[in-house]
Amino acid sequence: MLRRVPRWIVAVLLIVVIGGLLTACGSAEDYPQTTLESAGPHNDSILGVYSLVWYGSIIVFFLVEGLLIFSVFKFRGEPKTAHGRPVPVHGNNRLEIIWTVIPAIILAIIAVPTLQVISELSEAPGDDAMVINVIGHQFFWEFQYPDLGVNTTNELHIPVGQRIDLRLDSADVIHSFWVPQLAGKTDAIPGRDNRMWFEADAPGTYLGQCAEFCGLAHYQMLMTVVAESQEDFDAWVAEELAPPPAEGDPEEGLAIVEAQCAACHAIEGTSAQGQVGPALTGFANQELIADVIENTPENLAAWLDDPQAIKPGTAMPDLPLSEADIINLVTYLETLNGESE
Amino acid sequence: MATQVRYVEDSTRIQEPEAGPSGLWSWLTTVDHKRIGVLYLVTALTFFAIGGIEALLLRVQLSQPNNAFVSAATYNQLFTMHGTTMIFLAVMPLSGAFFNLLTPLMIGARDVAFPRLNAFSYWVLLFGAILINFGWIYGGAPDAGWFAYANLTSPAYSPGMGVDYWVLGIQVLGISSVAASFNFFTTIVNMRAPGMSMMRLPVFIWMTLITQILIFMAFPALTVGATLLMFDRWFDTNFFIVEAGGMPLLWQHLFWVFGHPEVYILILPAMGIVSEVLQTFSRKPLFGYTAIVFAGIGIAVLGFSVWVHHMFTTGLGPVPNSIFAISTMLIALPTGVKIFNWIGTMWGGALWLSTAMLFSIGFVAMFIIGGLSGVMHASPPVDSQHQDTYFVVAHFHYVLFGGSIMGLFSGVYYWWPKFTGKLLHEGLGKVHFWLMLIGFNVTFFPMHWLGAIGMPRRIYSYGDGLNWEFWNMVTTMGSFIIGISFIFFIANVFITLVLGDRAPDDPWDAPTLEWATTSPPALHNFDTIPVVKSRMPLWTDKYPEVYGHESEPGEHGDPDLPDIQTDEVHDEIHLPNPSYWPLVLAIGIVMLFAGFIFTFVMSFIGLALMFISIWGWALEPAFGEADHA
Repeated sequence: MLRRVPRWIVAVLLIVVIGGLLTACGSAEDYPQTTLESAGPHNDSILGVYSLVWYGSIIVFFLVEGLLIFSVFKFRGEPKTAHGRPVPVHGNNRLEIIWTVIPAIILAIIAVPTLQVISELSEAPGDDAMVINVIGHQFFWEFQYPDLGVNTTNELHIPVGQRIDLRLDSADVIHSFWVPQLAGKTDAIPGRDNRMWFEADAPGTYLGQCAEFCGLAHYQMLMTVVAESQEDFDAWVAEELAPPPAEGDPEEGLAIVEAQCAACHAIEGTSAQGQVGPALTGFANQELIADVIENTPENLAAWLDDPQAIKPGTAMPDLPLSEADIINLVTYLETLNGESE
Repeated sequence: MATQVRYVEDSTRIQEPEAGPSGLWSWLTTVDHKRIGVLYLVTALTFFAIGGIEALLLRVQLSQPNNAFVSAATYNQLFTMHGTTMIFLAVMPLSGAFFNLLTPLMIGARDVAFPRLNAFSYWVLLFGAILINFGWIYGGAPDAGWFAYANLTSPAYSPGMGVDYWVLGIQVLGISSVAASFNFFTTIVNMRAPGMSMMRLPVFIWMTLITQILIFMAFPALTVGATLLMFDRWFDTNFFIVEAGGMPLLWQHLFWVFGHPEVYILILPAMGIVSEVLQTFSRKPLFGYTAIVFAGIGIAVLGFSVWVHHMFTTGLGPVPNSIFAISTMLIALPTGVKIFNWIGTMWGGALWLSTAMLFSIGFVAMFIIGGLSGVMHASPPVDSQHQDTYFVVAHFHYVLFGGSIMGLFSGVYYWWPKFTGKLLHEGLGKVHFWLMLIGFNVTFFPMHWLGAIGMPRRIYSYGDGLNWEFWNMVTTMGSFIIGISFIFFIANVFITLVLGDRAPDDPWDAPTLEWATTSPPALHNFDTIPVVKSRMPLWTDKYPEVYGHESEPGEHGDPDLPDIQTDEVHDEIHLPNPSYWPLVLAIGIVMLFAGFIFTFVMSFIGLALMFISIWGWALEPAFGEADHA
């Protein structure tokens, strides 16, 4: 039975199977930043066109490379004609038309869904979408929830099944917002209001990072999207809005350092290994903060709140830190006496 | 049959070329297109090696997660200079070497239209290359990426000298490219031998002509962008400064209006080389000559209408993205036509699988992959996942390395004997080819996958939870295989220059005019200017029973073919005088630019040198006494 199946069908099936395996290999479990597994409707639309061009390319690849390799093997060697030269053929107009028209048809097949998806993805997300302002900074992401009064850094919490209307901007240079499983990239360009939307189908943690080279610590401009149920999300919002504790928690402070300061500062014994700013390993023993003010908890809190006010022109950015964040940070930084843990 | 046609007086023996002037001074003042071609070749291969070493350092850094082999600052300089070097200082000058070496010979001329301008182009290139690399020694190399996106390049975000070197160096290199492009354009249009009508031009010359048009149309956009950036950095203007109302996206438009045609500037010469090589070693005329020529023209025209596909993620909106998606997809049509015609050329031929031929076949095979991945991200939704990832890095290396570099090496192996008089060793050449092909694919194929699983380009390091480490290690190992393959090439060059076989005039039984003179050609190229009666002049003369009918004068209704006798073109040979003014002018121009970094006094000295040398150049007699060769 199988022998009757034309060989080319077998070849095409083989290609599809191999291509399918390749695609299936990109599972989110193994590859948390994969583009090939979708976690929401935005990437669903992309993968619709993506798989079309992917399989199309694989088929064309095998056909054309096959033709090339076949002709190399078949026609290699000395001329076999009487006059010692291959038969001179200068061209064939019919063939020229065929190999122009067939690719044109293939391109049309790709173009139609491409245009559909472009228009699908550019539709405004609607009034019930949750607006989040995304602001790219060298070298962190700031997320503002204008309706909730919450600001976060590098960690974006969203409710599952809720369409998110992202308004992208930048505080300095061009960045590109990219959480591959949820959506393709959109650039965050200073002075330009870019928009995009996405939505997560299931609870989970989705990794992303800045995709446009933005300077020295570009590679550390990472972010996490935490998709959670509406209840969990509401609880998280309440926690964010709770009044700051009187006493700081050094563990929380360390977490903030690793998320927000690590791109520029290094602290021995932690994952913070940035080289842009001064190392902070022995910070508590330092006389001065930023070489300008005395190192006291009050001054440190003021410095973290607004570095430019203390030392105009400093490279230290104005991080969007809540009061609670600052208290935790101060508590943690005061423990840095130069001995790594 | 098979009488060799030669446009030199003595056709019975391998003739020692006349000894030209020698010594360092003769090289500094040369206006001979062949010597300038050699200077381009040596410069390009040197920078290819430097760019390659930069790439190897990048790959070592990325071979493992959380690696710190180089610092982040050094890494950013390395990837910026790897791209800048390979594009402007390796591939373009390597193409330029072939324009120089071949254009006059292939069209039956004694030199280019403006020999001194030609020398000037080379010296500006050399000094521009040194200027753009000077940051390695003093002040820090450029570190904002080869497309130097505003506003990262503004003084606030790039206060160091790296971007200064880049923006000045790129303008200097533009002067070199544009001067050379006018020169070759004029040469091809005006200096063809009698009977060499446009549709008899070798395809390499056609692609050269189209490339020159692309260069002088595309480079002005880059120059405008670079000038605006220069004003922002030195004179406090605000073209790209957002806080003052500037627009970073303007840079991207200007850059890619240049940058996309630049891709075709890099690939079309290689396509021309491959067309010549496939024809010669298939021992069969190029299939679909007219289609290949017009496909080249089509690629060039469309090349100016696709720049936004580099900007699909910048939020220009659905209408621009749709239009530029379609125009980008259209480029696949002429490109496909070329590929099918190349396969058509081999079809029914008698393939001689020389090293040059293998490189050309390798070009076609790799370019197919680069073309297909190009069609994939012609679709903006797909591109929104590919953009700025290793998938794109894989794509353009398949086009520019698997494509351009393979094609250019094919040309090196093919024309080497013509210009050195020595044959490269075929065995070593084949080792070079296979190692390069394997190393190339081991390096770049996994990059598609790395991009698909989310690895962005231009990252100094990555964490270990992402599962990127295995394929990064494979890629790094592949890059070292490429490095080893290049060592075989260098060894081949030096061994054969000393010990190699003496090359005959026409070692490959080729059809085009450059093989009708000695190897290496005499200073004046041809004793008598050839009269061209067909597209494959040597084959029609050697194999009249196969191609004879094609050589009848006036065929294809060619009104340009004069009824000309060989004697009439055998007049006195005038060769241009050597001149040091191109060198002095180049020094002046580069000092003018470099002064922006070091001290404006230097700029004024450069300016003075410029005026003096333009004056001297203008008054210098271009031709000496008649040289009766």
